[in-house]
Amino acid sequence: MSLHLLLTDILLWSLMIGGMAWGVYMRKAKAGLEAWRDIFRSPVAMVSAVILLFYLAFALLDSVHFKVNDPHRSDSGSVISLLDMAMQHRRTFSERTYSAPFATQEYTRSVVVDKKGVTHQSFLPLKHVSPEGFWQKSMWGMGVGIALALLLIFLHRRWLRGGHERGEPLPWRSAYMTFAILTVLFSWLYVMSFSFHVLGTDKVGGDLFYASLKSIRTGMLIGTLTTLVTLPLALVLGVSAGYFRGWVDDLIQYLYTTLSSIPGVLLIAAGVLTMQVMMDQHPDWFATTVERADIRLLFLVVILGVTSWTGLCRMLRAETLRISQMDYVTAAKAFGVNSWQIMWRHIVPNLTHIILISIVLDFSGLVLAEAVLSYVGVGVDPTMYSWGNMINQARLEMARDPMVWWSLFSAFIFMFVLVLAANLFSDRVQHVLDPRNVS
Amino acid sequence: MFIYILRRILYAVPILIGVNLITFMLFFMVNSPDDMARVQLGAKQVTPQMIEAWKVERGYDKPLFYNAEASGVEKVTKTLFVQESSKLFRFDFGRSDANRDIKEDIKARMGPSLAIALPTFLIALVTNISLALLLVLFRGTVLDTTAMVIAVMIMSVSGLFYIIAGQVLFSKIWHWVPISGYAEGWEGIRFIILPVLIGVFSGLGSGVRWYRSIFLEQINQDYVRTARAKGLSEVRVLFSHVLKNGMLPILTGVVVIIPSLFMGSLIMESFFGIPGLGSYTIDAIHAQDFAIVKAMVFLGSVLYIVGLILTDISYTLFDPRVKL
Amino acid sequence: MRIVRAVNHYIVWCLFLSFAYGGLWNMPYEKGESATNTLFSTFSVAPKHLDPVRSYSANEWAIIGQIYEPPLQYNYVDRPYRLEPLTLMRMPEVTYLDENGTLCDENSTRVAYSRYHLQLRPDIRYQDHPAFVKHSDGTLYYGKLQPSLLSSISSVWDLPKRASREVRAEDYAYAIKRMAVRAYHSPVLDTMRPYIVGLDSFSKQISQIAQIKHQAHRPLDLRAYTIEGVKVTGKRSLEITIHGKYPQFLYWLAMNFFAPIPWEADLFYQQEGLRAKNISLDTSPVGSGPYYLALSDPNRKMILKRNRHFHTEYYPGMEKTELNRLPFIDRVVYTLEKESIPMWNKFLQGYYDASGISSEAFDQAVEIGSSGSMGLSDTMKRKGIRMIGSVEPSIFYMAFNMEDPVVGGYSESAKKLRQAISIVQDQEEYISIFMNERGVAAQGPIPPGIFGYVLGEAGTNRVVYDWVNGKRVRKSLAYAKRLLAEAGYPDGIDPQTKKRLKLYYDTTATGPDDRALMDWRRKQFAKLGIDLVIRATDYNRFQDKVRRGKVQIFSWGWNADYPDPENFLFLLYGGNAVVDTGGAGINSSNYKNPVFDRLFEEVKSMENTPQRAKKIVRMVHIAQEDAPWVWGVYPKSLVLVHHWFTQVLPHAMANNTLKYKCIDPKERVAKQQMWNQPVYLPLLIIGGAILLLGWWLYKLYEKRQRRTIRERR
Repeated sequence: MSLHLLLTDILLWSLMIGGMAWGVYMRKAKAGLEAWRDIFRSPVAMVSAVILLFYLAFALLDSVHFKVNDPHRSDSGSVISLLDMAMQHRRTFSERTYSAPFATQEYTRSVVVDKKGVTHQSFLPLKHVSPEGFWQKSMWGMGVGIALALLLIFLHRRWLRGGHERGEPLPWRSAYMTFAILTVLFSWLYVMSFSFHVLGTDKVGGDLFYASLKSIRTGMLIGTLTTLVTLPLALVLGVSAGYFRGWVDDLIQYLYTTLSSIPGVLLIAAGVLTMQVMMDQHPDWFATTVERADIRLLFLVVILGVTSWTGLCRMLRAETLRISQMDYVTAAKAFGVNSWQIMWRHIVPNLTHIILISIVLDFSGLVLAEAVLSYVGVGVDPTMYSWGNMINQARLEMARDPMVWWSLFSAFIFMFVLVLAANLFSDRVQHVLDPRNVS
Repeated sequence: MFIYILRRILYAVPILIGVNLITFMLFFMVNSPDDMARVQLGAKQVTPQMIEAWKVERGYDKPLFYNAEASGVEKVTKTLFVQESSKLFRFDFGRSDANRDIKEDIKARMGPSLAIALPTFLIALVTNISLALLLVLFRGTVLDTTAMVIAVMIMSVSGLFYIIAGQVLFSKIWHWVPISGYAEGWEGIRFIILPVLIGVFSGLGSGVRWYRSIFLEQINQDYVRTARAKGLSEVRVLFSHVLKNGMLPILTGVVVIIPSLFMGSLIMESFFGIPGLGSYTIDAIHAQDFAIVKAMVFLGSVLYIVGLILTDISYTLFDPRVKL
Repeated sequence: MRIVRAVNHYIVWCLFLSFAYGGLWNMPYEKGESATNTLFSTFSVAPKHLDPVRSYSANEWAIIGQIYEPPLQYNYVDRPYRLEPLTLMRMPEVTYLDENGTLCDENSTRVAYSRYHLQLRPDIRYQDHPAFVKHSDGTLYYGKLQPSLLSSISSVWDLPKRASREVRAEDYAYAIKRMAVRAYHSPVLDTMRPYIVGLDSFSKQISQIAQIKHQAHRPLDLRAYTIEGVKVTGKRSLEITIHGKYPQFLYWLAMNFFAPIPWEADLFYQQEGLRAKNISLDTSPVGSGPYYLALSDPNRKMILKRNRHFHTEYYPGMEKTELNRLPFIDRVVYTLEKESIPMWNKFLQGYYDASGISSEAFDQAVEIGSSGSMGLSDTMKRKGIRMIGSVEPSIFYMAFNMEDPVVGGYSESAKKLRQAISIVQDQEEYISIFMNERGVAAQGPIPPGIFGYVLGEAGTNRVVYDWVNGKRVRKSLAYAKRLLAEAGYPDGIDPQTKKRLKLYYDTTATGPDDRALMDWRRKQFAKLGIDLVIRATDYNRFQDKVRRGKVQIFSWGWNADYPDPENFLFLLYGGNAVVDTGGAGINSSNYKNPVFDRLFEEVKSMENTPQRAKKIVRMVHIAQEDAPWVWGVYPKSLVLVHHWFTQVLPHAMANNTLKYKCIDPKERVAKQQMWNQPVYLPLLIIGGAILLLGWWLYKLYEKRQRRTIRERR
């Protein structure tokens, strides 16, 4: 096995590292740090942040890929992630068709020929479940979860007491509670997943718990990486327009008015179709299906980015216009300071709150957009695990009678919790950082 | 005023040319005219002769941007791009690849789109504003905080869930409304109830929050305090001052959407089988019908720009501080 | 539970009285509509072309099949499928001619032409239509519509005057002439060109004339031109001459391409004012069939009504009385239903009279009986629903590109690779998971119901199956692995790269259901240790790749045009190889076997004799051995119909079957009332909750108000 990072892996990790570097830099700037502490002073923000970090952890775990080189393994040549390895038991063994959460037999009847040669319909037992010892296993799973949670919380307390806690104490208790609940829940689900399909199986017997976990990466990637595209575009164009004015301003305004006047879905659809053609003409770009899906995801992110920078750009332009009227900027100009330096030193730092607010605001919107785009048929690759693809399939399943509700349910819960946490967190960020919020 | 509007309209022309250029480039990167011919001819065996005949008939046999065979100005004008865009500017959308007149189709489909979009818009406006007022009335109470939490929750659910759940519950299990379909006139009401309800509900969260923040901004203003100090009842204050003064930001935020109502809703229309412009667009994307997509993009952009102009006008009409 | 029901009952009455509204809330039609002798059906794609010269898809034929009448039709009840005259007095008489045009014997080697003599019935009349209204000098009354009149109409039925006329032989000739005009895009022109005498040169000539007329904005009246091989010999008699012998030509005469087109309609619809209003032969057909199109709104609804001029025709095999006279149904309403879910639900609610079964609904509807036969589930039976099933003359297959360096070629090792892959594709599992048992694992290119199909042991594909104890058993994985090793890929390892063999599968699968399907595909190949890379593209790109031979493995399907083995075997004929014909051929796997090709040429124009059967069996054996396809599935079609919808027989070839069917509207209305009573309780609960909330808010407000007043004091 050898490390085999996909393009999106590299981008996600570099985004992480960039974020951390920025965090370290922020620790030095007193005012910025205070603002952050202020954000986390709300228990709701704390809880949301823990949930978001939990999702992020799964996404990161799923973003370290290895290539299986051993020719004797059945999945030789494929690319798998750390999460795949942890879920190996649910990745490789699938059932035949639908089964409900914690079920021991298939959901639909199928034709069986018994020993006498008579065919009849019956519920086949599932192949990869072991129903015995439900309670012991549950206890064990939860026990491990509690122990793990306590250990980590204890370590964190130690670290805080080591002099890292400054100023007013933050609502750590709610963070611990959330953390403990999530840890216990997931360790229980994880332990149970060895003996059951905890969230049921889909049409071809794929485990939905595994599918939901895999979808986290897709959602998180779309939510975070898109900023990587929007941010530079919006920042460079918005600030230049506001600072230089004149024809630069006219041109940039023209550009974003034109782009924003095209109905969004149409623009995205056209972009995605174009990209697909490009990929079809170069099948040699990708060695495996995983890589192919990955490139497609990346393109989707780029297209979403290109179509969604206009709003931020407009705001940044307006704010730059305002700031560049201020005395210290005019003074700097009078002293003959280089334009780029003025922008970098005096203007950009004053835009951070706008940028931050728009990042957190956009995140939930993008996660939701993925589902709609998949419905229209211009979302992520159909072979990729994503909530959009799950919902899309669930639409057909809800028409069955009795309904197959669990795949819609899994996608719903996983998506809802993430988006809710992101919304609550962004509310808090907005509340603290937006200067108009005086109350 | 008149000159200002004229200037805005003239300013729209280069934007529309840009829009055309973008759609054109994107679409022809995806689709060669040969592809389109094959889809449209749709037979089991499509011969090269058939494709050639189709391309000539539709004018797709010309080059995209530069015609080397023509002479003089015609090198630029005798191209697909110029030929097709100049027709658009005259609102001549031409014929779809299925050989139907697009303008007629758009006219026929605007009605159903509006039948969904307009009630959704109006009911949403009224409900959102009244709920927001209610919350402002009870600001700071348990009701306010619970409602705000519920609003965030409503926002956090993908619209697709509402549609799926709504169809299963109201149509399949309770038999309240037909599952899908459309009819004109009063007969059609039972078809649009569910999509309108779902449309209103899914926008409830963000809507109420937005209006609430607008009203809260007003309620902290001095004149409201004065009014209250005069002993006016809470409800009177809300309606005569807060709502009245909140109307301006609401108006300018809302006006920009109104023209776009004509475009219909992509998702809602295709789920409920409503023959409006939204489902028209989706079908066109799936069928790769360039003529329709181009027309819809153009129409969408025009409506958006009209919305912007209307917003500017409403500013000047209702806000005495703004002078043009 | 009983209390709940009582409450529900009470509310029903309250609401009933308060609304005084007897109709059902979820009724998707106008009030009273379902009590009439009307069939309610659906279409899933808006029909683009109702013009018979152009239309070539099942959903369009479902509509125009009821409106237009080609010379022949398939007998509704007889099996195997048999042609019978529709607008003809008798079946066409065929005479054979030699090079010089003199009569000769059918089996003579001198046969150069065959001539079909068609004799029309005298009682065939067109529907009423404005195009038939004429001035006294014979010109069209509505031939030059004035802008003022045009602006006031939205369909042809807004024109006040209508007339009808008798169908004449020249109308059939006119239709063939229209087929020749390139600009009308007839999909069968290039198939017919080599057959009908003079069609090729006529097509070139008339297409040019058409173009000139089009540029000059002048109408094209085809009466002035004639095709050499299509001769109108009398008011009601027609002769069509074709090159060589082509017995399948009779099947073509049963298709809508050969339905009569009156010149009046052609000229009428060529007016540009009508075209701009989307009124053309594509939207408003003019035919002589049992129905005419009374409402044409392809985005929403199509309504057929009975044509009062329809000729006398009786239900086949029944007494010729007024009771059995066709058609039985007065009116048909087709509603656009793009998605399967609403369509199925409305069927269960009784709002559609018939429905297919989507795979989501399958196990709700169907049960597999103890003998392995399919039957309806109890819930369906209780509703009185009947199931009508038949194996369709179609095949879905997975093809190898025979030009491909890895999977293609005719060497022993390439053959073994393909055979090994064929064995591990578990079609039975595929049918069970993805088709809900609605299919039969294919053994060769010819599906059941077509001449040349062989049942049982003799018809078993020996490359993939063994015959054990009177049953087909798929060969073992071990055997497939051995074949693979012999092909040079032991355990799926490519000796050249020392890695697992990587194959490419092209597909258009991008829908929600397809991920599962692709996973399954990969699994099948993984059994052999082969890596399957899936390349999903849109349909255009996919077709283009197939045409240029740039695929390795792909899936495709074929629907019979007519019930003859030639229509399937030509998919494997070397002369039709897609890369050699510049994309026009239909042998998309590019299979070329000289023995097979020679036999095909012999079999092509033979009558269905034992010799023909023998040769076909040999051809099938050759193809099975070479394995250019993984013989996939012969799909079964299952249709569910409500018990008030009768005389419904499955018929895969005929598309004018509506006239034989029957509806009992009274029963339908009764059942609709029974199945669709709204559930009122939730409404009451919601209403109550809102009232309660309002009351609570009011209280809260009062409390506050009192408090603030107190505070102020």
